Amino acid sequence: MSEKIDRTTPSALSAVSSARAEKKVAGTAPLGTGLEARGVHAWFDKHHALSDVSLDFSAGTVTALIGPSGCGKSTFIRTLNRMHEFIPDTSMAGQVLLDGKDIYEPGIDVTKIRLQIGMVFQKPNPFPSMTIGENVLSGLKLAQIKTSNPDELMEECLTRAGLWSEVKDRLDAHAGGLSGGQQQRLCIARALAVKPKVLLMDEPCSALDPGSTLRIEETISQLSKSMTIVIVTHNMQQAARVSDYTAFFLSDGGPGQMIEVGPTNEIFSRPRDQRTENYVTGRFG
Amino acid sequence: MSLDAPEKTTPQARKITTKPRVSDQIFRGVVTAFSFSALVILALIALFLFLKGFSALKAQGFNFITSFEWNVFVDDTGKEVAHFGLQAMLVGTVVISIIALLIAVPLAVLTALFLTFYAPDRIKKILITVIDLMAAFPSILYGLWGYFVLMPMAIYWAQLINKWLGWIYIFDVPEPIFSRSPFIAGIVLSVMIIPIITSVSREVFSQTPLDRVQAAYALGATKWGMIRAVVLPFGANGVVGGSMLALGRAFGETVAVFSVLNIVYRTNFQVLYTQGGNVASHIIQRFGEAGATEMSALIAAGLVLFMLTLLVNFFANYIVTKTVKSGR
Amino acid sequence: MSTTTVKPMKPWAATPRDRALTTLSVVLAALSTFAIVAATPMKGKIAYFFVFFIAWLVIDSLFVLQKNGVKGVGNGFAEKLTFLGALIVMMAVSSILWSAISRGAAGLNIAYFTQNMRNASIFDPIGMGGIAHAIFGTLLLIAIAIAISVPMGILTALYLTEIKGKAAGLIQFLVQAMSGVPSVVAGLFIYAAVILNTPLRPSAFLGGLALTILMVPTVTRTSQEVLNLVPRDLREAGLAMGATQWKTVALVVVPAARSGLITAVILGVARIAGETAPLLFTVGTFDSYNFNPFVGQNSAIPVIIWSGLNAGSAESIQRAWSAILILLIVVLVIFVSARIFGKKSMKK
Repeated sequence: MSEKIDRTTPSALSAVSSARAEKKVAGTAPLGTGLEARGVHAWFDKHHALSDVSLDFSAGTVTALIGPSGCGKSTFIRTLNRMHEFIPDTSMAGQVLLDGKDIYEPGIDVTKIRLQIGMVFQKPNPFPSMTIGENVLSGLKLAQIKTSNPDELMEECLTRAGLWSEVKDRLDAHAGGLSGGQQQRLCIARALAVKPKVLLMDEPCSALDPGSTLRIEETISQLSKSMTIVIVTHNMQQAARVSDYTAFFLSDGGPGQMIEVGPTNEIFSRPRDQRTENYVTGRFG
Repeated sequence: MSLDAPEKTTPQARKITTKPRVSDQIFRGVVTAFSFSALVILALIALFLFLKGFSALKAQGFNFITSFEWNVFVDDTGKEVAHFGLQAMLVGTVVISIIALLIAVPLAVLTALFLTFYAPDRIKKILITVIDLMAAFPSILYGLWGYFVLMPMAIYWAQLINKWLGWIYIFDVPEPIFSRSPFIAGIVLSVMIIPIITSVSREVFSQTPLDRVQAAYALGATKWGMIRAVVLPFGANGVVGGSMLALGRAFGETVAVFSVLNIVYRTNFQVLYTQGGNVASHIIQRFGEAGATEMSALIAAGLVLFMLTLLVNFFANYIVTKTVKSGR
Repeated sequence: MSTTTVKPMKPWAATPRDRALTTLSVVLAALSTFAIVAATPMKGKIAYFFVFFIAWLVIDSLFVLQKNGVKGVGNGFAEKLTFLGALIVMMAVSSILWSAISRGAAGLNIAYFTQNMRNASIFDPIGMGGIAHAIFGTLLLIAIAIAISVPMGILTALYLTEIKGKAAGLIQFLVQAMSGVPSVVAGLFIYAAVILNTPLRPSAFLGGLALTILMVPTVTRTSQEVLNLVPRDLREAGLAMGATQWKTVALVVVPAARSGLITAVILGVARIAGETAPLLFTVGTFDSYNFNPFVGQNSAIPVIIWSGLNAGSAESIQRAWSAILILLIVVLVIFVSARIFGKKSMKK
């Protein structure tokens, strides 16, 4: 929120995102057919927190979820990789389809789902008892996946996360010694090592300084060429900078709902719903 | 006209003092005096044990700890001859404590993991209450149970171990007598210290930072994978600290050990055989008939035990506070 | 968006199929256990127990392998192992409780509670002689210990939380060190310091002193925790009104922490109620009532049990079991009341 980008006009925002849309290369073959949420609801005990969200995340796109605090964006993103169920006494309804198959089907191995749908959290959380190199490969170790060339994989993931040049000489150092931005990029590298098709990011930059934020946004742009990304963000300029599509969430005191979704430059320049327009023009939120 | 701002110097901070009222001075004095009682008591314990045990320590010198004879008798010339060497009992204390740790630590850690990560809520509450209760059982209860209930079963287990693993020295026995052995004493001790280790481990495990737990799950870890990657590294220090606290308790156990161990004054590493001892039970065994010379030696033995326990507890607290401070 | 037609579900919960598979694996394991034990020379409860566990492990792992792959097997194995650990601990506790109840109950009768052992010997049958004197002795010991350790413990805790003087770190460390003193050393200390140095001989008073050494750290630590829970605003309100520190502590802080402090005392009593070793050096034994705490040996329940165990006759052993049952009930009651008081202090 300390950035100096002028948020006065929605047209300024949509101009940024249009520019981004043009820069996007006709992508390398996206993996799978993407992720789709159909009629997703979420409850915390008896409290209905999220109501009837349907969103289609096309393969190879970046979708931003925006909206004021407490409107269910984080809850929703956690239903996408089945992390919502870790909170005691929660329940959900609806379907989430990965490559056409519902990830909530009974009998499915949830750990396999989470290998295909990765997540990066708001607060960077590398494993402090492991070195940088071990952190990157930790996903493979946990899944007991053998890899023929771990060093190569490590270098590839750290490069894609934009961290390789800074840590290549100290892969044996403990992860706790890195700065916040570096730790978050390490978490991205770690998530990439298991080769997910989708990467979920829950406000990945909100705990970081603007320099690190910029670097991570560059990373997101690069990554979107080969996977589907869903990013929750409080920062509308960030949404405009990195995403192809934007979905606006709102709660009017009841359960959170998705009000509107569309290509990012349209959401910012010609939103169809009045509430969306109020939010992107800064009248509230 | 100068445009410079007038020079500003930050004033020095004033000293804040108050003269407390008389009633407060008395209050503070009384409270301080009473709290130094802890210091006074500990110092007195060390002092008196040393004073009264001095003659024995002086006569035996360093041999008190290293030699392993304990007897006092009057020889042909009417002179009293005494040998006091604590080594057999010190070794015995360590042997049964190690057996106890080997059994208790795995069981306690597994129980703590079960309670923190696997047990359904209702069962968890009941189990925690039961384990806390267990910590309050009188030691003599363990003695009775150990002798009348556990020992018959433990003798059978010892026979099995001897049959299949008897080729290893510590599992061999000079004669097939398996009752009241260090093995059985170790089992009884382990049951006594399990509540302590379980409580400490449980507390540490439940404080595992949630963000690391979520990171592991988000990478597709199973519950056990998450425990191995996050919980165990985080909690290792706490478990070690809890085990050392338990070790300190095990060193000083008296009546429970006395009931299930045949106190014989020999260093014995063959744990299945009916011979063993620890310093505390040795003291109460000899206390009844001790003359003045031996009494002095027994008190010195108490001093040694005291020092040993202080050392272990000090070390344990150090480890536990190190965990808390580093927060890893 | 109507939400009335949508039902919350938990697709991750165990399905009936999962439960059926679990039951199936248990049943198969039980069957194989009987088969294996019958076919081999193993015998005894342990054989059944361990064979069943291993069989269950193997069979369930096969099911898990089919569903979740290799890493699922490790996960399932670990889960069962933790369950086994907890089960073994529970079996031990139950065995202890059950033995005290079943063996102790047989020796309980009215005489047990009302008579003492002056006219009975260790060979006299149950019905003659009882432990009334020991019950009295134990209560006397506890009273003496409370009288000394409560002021000492609470005042020390007050020093650590209210005055926080320069020696606070040292005192804290010493209290922790004191909590590690073995009970036998506490008794030996009183023996060495008092009995060998002064004309005083074993009595309830000396036993109370030994128990004090063991009780003070518990009282101090718990009182400290409770006093620290009293919100700072309360103290500041008292001082802001111009009250002296001692009035603030006495009239504001301590009453606020009252039920917690009572909990601390109760926990201290629970700590010492069952102690045997220190009493052997300092109290001795006695067959009937001794109402004088300062002169003459006295009796206590743990020592009665100890003597009974060592005496060896069937009757004395029976008395020992009954005594431990009583002691256990007393300790349990103390423990439960500490819990209840503790919850009350939390609610404030």
